[in-house]
Amino acid sequence: MAEHYTSFDRGGTRWLLQRVTAVFLIGALAFHFFLLHFVNHAAEITFAGTQARMSQWGYFATMILFLIAATFHGVNGVYNALVNQGLDGTQKKAVGAVLTLASVLLIAQGIRVALAMAGITVI
Amino acid sequence: MADTYNRGKVEDFGRWKEFSAGMWAWIFHKFTGWVLVGYLFTHIAVLSTATAPDPATYTNTLQGLEDLLIVRLLEVGLLAVAVFHILNGIRLLFVDLGVGLEAQDKSFYASLVLTGAITVASVPTFLAGAF
Repeated sequence: MAEHYTSFDRGGTRWLLQRVTAVFLIGALAFHFFLLHFVNHAAEITFAGTQARMSQWGYFATMILFLIAATFHGVNGVYNALVNQGLDGTQKKAVGAVLTLASVLLIAQGIRVALAMAGITVI
Repeated sequence: MADTYNRGKVEDFGRWKEFSAGMWAWIFHKFTGWVLVGYLFTHIAVLSTATAPDPATYTNTLQGLEDLLIVRLLEVGLLAVAVFHILNGIRLLFVDLGVGLEAQDKSFYASLVLTGAITVASVPTFLAGAF
């Protein structure tokens, strides 16, 4: 068996989720970029157009899933990169906690923005 | 798969002249990943400040940004970063599945060439109306 260099917990939940989100993000990121730069040019985007898209439940749900998948994939990637650099012990736990908090806040704020775009008022 | 191959630590960037294709792929994937996650946080922050009770704030913020040439150029850069991360990510998924490990250097070069081609082809779209 060839030596396999990786800090990933091979077979672990985060290792698998990183790949599952990767597969989803390949399609979602390509779709997002294509729709908002090539189909609708970014310079011509208006709030009305954004609201029309976000008012469709399928699109709205896709964007929320996109936000959650991208946040997990990105932040977990940062965590893995730092662990690769030798992060260990208390520092590893502290960085893990900070990154988890940052992820939760980003997802919460992203959902708030998505709701505002869809014209849904929440307290 | 009986062979072992000690390629040394990729983290020792001072060794960059000795780096092989796979190590460059690793570095590019990390770099593009950092850029993308940084952009994700920035993207939500910008959209948050743009989403105000008056819909004109959103439209004016986005169109104001798009009026800046540097923003258009950064968008081309973002596309290049995203396309490489996607293509190299597909390469990594296949390698994880045990497919194409023996051609991993060729698939890295293919990712680079395809990224370059898609980026160049996108320039007219990104710069339309910028001047």
